Amino acid sequence: MFFIQLRDLFKSYGPVRALNGLNLEVPKGSLYGLLGPNGAGKSTALRIICTLLAPDSGYVEVGGRDALLEEKETRRRLGYVAQDVAIDKILTGRELLQLQGDLYHLDNKYKRKRIEELIQRLDMKDWIDRRCGSFSGGMKRRLDLASGLLHEPELLILDEPTVGLDIESRSVIWGLLKELRNNETTILLSSHYLEEVDELADEMAIIDQGKVIASGKPDDLKKELGGDRVTLRVREFSDEVEAESVRKLIKNINGVSNVVVNQKQGYSLNFLVQSNEVISDLSGHLSKENFEVFALSHSRPSLDDVYLQATGKTLMDAELELAGKRDFKLENKKSMR
Amino acid sequence: MITTNPSLHKEKKSRNDLNEMLQETSALTWRLFIQLIRRPSTLFAGILQPLIWLLLFAALFSKAPIDFLPGDSSYGEFLGAGLIVFTAFSGALNAGLPLMFDREFGFLNRLLVAPLSSRSSIVISSVIYITSISLLQSFAIMATSALLGYGWPSLEGFFLIAITLLLLVFAITGLSLGLAFVLPGHIELIAIIFIANLPVLFASTALAPISFMPEWLGWIASINPLTFAIEPIRMAYHNSVDLNAVLINAPYGEVNGYSCLSILLILTVGLFFLIRPLLNRKLA
Repeated sequence: MFFIQLRDLFKSYGPVRALNGLNLEVPKGSLYGLLGPNGAGKSTALRIICTLLAPDSGYVEVGGRDALLEEKETRRRLGYVAQDVAIDKILTGRELLQLQGDLYHLDNKYKRKRIEELIQRLDMKDWIDRRCGSFSGGMKRRLDLASGLLHEPELLILDEPTVGLDIESRSVIWGLLKELRNNETTILLSSHYLEEVDELADEMAIIDQGKVIASGKPDDLKKELGGDRVTLRVREFSDEVEAESVRKLIKNINGVSNVVVNQKQGYSLNFLVQSNEVISDLSGHLSKENFEVFALSHSRPSLDDVYLQATGKTLMDAELELAGKRDFKLENKKSMR
Repeated sequence: MITTNPSLHKEKKSRNDLNEMLQETSALTWRLFIQLIRRPSTLFAGILQPLIWLLLFAALFSKAPIDFLPGDSSYGEFLGAGLIVFTAFSGALNAGLPLMFDREFGFLNRLLVAPLSSRSSIVISSVIYITSISLLQSFAIMATSALLGYGWPSLEGFFLIAITLLLLVFAITGLSLGLAFVLPGHIELIAIIFIANLPVLFASTALAPISFMPEWLGWIASINPLTFAIEPIRMAYHNSVDLNAVLINAPYGEVNGYSCLSILLILTVGLFFLIRPLLNRKLA
């Protein structure tokens, strides 16, 4: 049973298409990770689910209801922790939680009890009565998470919850998310940290250019690659022609599959091997054609490999590529109500 | 352990919408008052600026060679009504700033993602806050004027002043909140506040009567909303309250007290209807 279903979602900011036919199904009670570089459309998708943004077209279902038609009921059921922590610097942490409780119409007794629970659980008691303006990034993020959880939502949506956080805060947040995952709360988390999604997510989707390009359980996605990941360089700086020649050569070797030329990393070659013997044979095949092995690395497949396989570039390269294309001013303007 | 409890929503739904709206509106209003208590400088500046004006202008024109004021009032008495209205006007004009900052810093999104009974609570809380502050500042000016010997209105006059100020504050607050949703940022809103504030004051009867102005300025002053608020308050200070009395000798004709209040009411209702579609769109 799915708690969230997105079908054919399109959303543009002026000339920039943020979502390009996004389809997503998030199982009830799961921790679902959205992985993709900044600018891939993750935040836009989350803001649409939260009813903060209307799509240009498409269908959004949350908890069996049409979220675009039943907005208030949808809001009642979800907690949202935004990417940019929005807190009132003049209020204390406790006052902010009290305000949040009133916005969700909690009665006073329950509100006080719940606030105390969250203060204890997120280890905020030493600073919760200080003004929010004096908080570090980690403190703000924990307070924001407590705000999102105050009304015990069925669905918790977190947009890049650990970006720029210290190790302690990240550990507290990861611990809480794991606890919630075991307690029937559906969690949808966006991240561009591979290890975060790998560590936390039951299921995940990779988003690229506004649509899902791969989805499933992280381990299954890695297994689907069919072997270990090898990165090969025949020279320190190869060119396109040389890389293409090597690609043609090694794709015909038995036990080698999914050969990709990574232009961003000096035309290195990434591919999968079914066994270590294939690697041993590799240098023989290369030397026959007068190629040398300048560098070779061999590892278990990671989510970055899944991303690389799907897009032909690593997540970091995609991040850098998109950073240059984004119009932050336009995005900021569009995100303001 | 942190838990979630889906059945909780059903219990909470039993509370009615009015209670929910009261709860969210009072919480949002209280937030604005906490900000004021912890950062009171804007409150004091809003009182101090008109007071300085009162002292300086009253002194400046105390020995004016031409007797340009109607009746036998001193310039300080004449100026008092103008500054009371100016104080309320300035306060109301700033109403959009907290909302603009909430838009810019994303706090508005926190409010909009909550299941508010009505998103009008966001606007209503701002109106309650600004109205309270503007009235408080205006009454502080009234008290100081009284201490300086410029008089105190009768009870009837006091009610007239309160009603007049309320109408003006509602209208200008509505306008400012509308601007806060339309303009791209707080710099633009502050620019408009700066541009509007003093010219609107000078082009009203706050500092001089229409009879003292050149014709073109007299025309502007006689259609300026501030004038329609100043003159009833001036009457409340200096005469018995008679709303049938002619308060403005405008180039286009005479305007009595009822007309002044009616114009302010029409302005308030008109601005409300003007910004309503905008608020509905922005808060939808």
